[in-house]
Amino acid sequence: MINHIDVSSVLRRTVCDLYSNLVTRPTGAAVRTEIENLLSAWRGPSLTVIDFSHVNLLDFSCADEVVAKLLLRFDGGTPPQDAYFLLRGVREDHLDAIEAALERYDLALVMQDDDGGLLLVGTVNDAQRRAWQALREMGRCAADDLATAIGEAPAYAASLLAALHERRLIMRFDDMYVPLGTAQ
Amino acid sequence: MTTVINVPPSLDAETIEQVLDQVAPLPRDQKILIDARHTRWASPYALTTLLTIAQTRAERAAFTGPENDDTASYWARTGFYKHAEQLYDLHGHVPRGRNGNESSVLLEITPVAKSEDVHDVVERIQQKAQAILVNELHLDPQATMRFAMTLSEACQNIVEHAQRGGWVAVQTYTWRQRLGRRVVQIAVCDAGIGFRASLESAHGRRMSDRWDDGMALEDAVIRGVSRFRDPGRGQGLAGVRRFVGKWDGKLSVRSGTARIAIVPSWDEDIPLAEDLAPFPGSQIQITIPERIPPR
Repeated sequence: MINHIDVSSVLRRTVCDLYSNLVTRPTGAAVRTEIENLLSAWRGPSLTVIDFSHVNLLDFSCADEVVAKLLLRFDGGTPPQDAYFLLRGVREDHLDAIEAALERYDLALVMQDDDGGLLLVGTVNDAQRRAWQALREMGRCAADDLATAIGEAPAYAASLLAALHERRLIMRFDDMYVPLGTAQ
Repeated sequence: MTTVINVPPSLDAETIEQVLDQVAPLPRDQKILIDARHTRWASPYALTTLLTIAQTRAERAAFTGPENDDTASYWARTGFYKHAEQLYDLHGHVPRGRNGNESSVLLEITPVAKSEDVHDVVERIQQKAQAILVNELHLDPQATMRFAMTLSEACQNIVEHAQRGGWVAVQTYTWRQRLGRRVVQIAVCDAGIGFRASLESAHGRRMSDRWDDGMALEDAVIRGVSRFRDPGRGQGLAGVRRFVGKWDGKLSVRSGTARIAIVPSWDEDIPLAEDLAPFPGSQIQITIPERIPPR
């Protein structure tokens, strides 16, 4: 299931219909809470596209509240639900704030640029990044495929895919793994 | 008895210390008269600090503004008198400013107490920022959004930590003394609890033997420490520091008896000034110089 959340609409609906800037912690917390409410209504595995296209300004505090604290709940072995996130419409100044927030918690996320290209943003070690890039190029793969692609042992390739999946950076369907943006 | 506080002719972050030196030793209930009759120029930092001084007094202070018509008129257009008349007993001629017609005032002096005020400030600054920062100060267009982010974070320092309202102002001016070129300056001042008390309020925080205002500023401004345990906290000033570094700007933060500064090559300030006159709250100044286009 793919869901689309226009962050600007959430901002206007939950905080003030005149606002176009995502600034201040209370605003960010209100927006995140609404996103979490929307998520909780969706059952089963879901990919949620969080769209910043119509957000004018995003400050550091709000990036922390909206993006980092949202991801934090899902990062790790026991997420509250099988949800994945893909960011869209992120401008360079938005990215400054988002990257700063992610680094504070060693978080990472996948964003999609205007041309549909996927980018891995945040704190990811070299091995995980190489595995993610190989998977993105292959489109989908099992651990054995990745092992061949990156020239590593299958068990090591499997551990990299498991780590990326646990961080909600790739999706898993049985033994196959898929980059987030291509699962649509 | 009223104590007269003499205001220097030129009032900036450095010379306002002369005013604070005179105010600090006086009991809060001592009546004071701030005498700015001979003042010809004031930075936004100085103007917001003058308002903040009034907030620190238990006995309502008096104020006499500049005798020079141009200076008085400019102060009025920055919004100074609009707020000063709420805080001071104003003496002498009080000029009436026409709002919104001063091109050097990106944001007239604005009270900040709650999150909604920050939204309002950010909304208003963007209307003028693009034109002035890019066309007049020759900053990269990308700087405009970062400038607004910086302003937002500086204002949130009041909302999150000060425990009382403060002031923000943004103006451009030509800084002949140090630079000989134009700058844009953000001033955010409050008379709240200040960085030291804010950090001391952190549950379970252990203070070292050296704990003082200077160290509290080092923790907050340099190391990104916050009174909140949340690791996401402390990003605001870190973001301000990055912006200032990228655009060769200066950041100075005064709190209590100390002032810390990120000093660019064009300035001669010291990184940490201690043993200043004690003054409540925190006073932040961000100065971004005009960029000289390459020939």
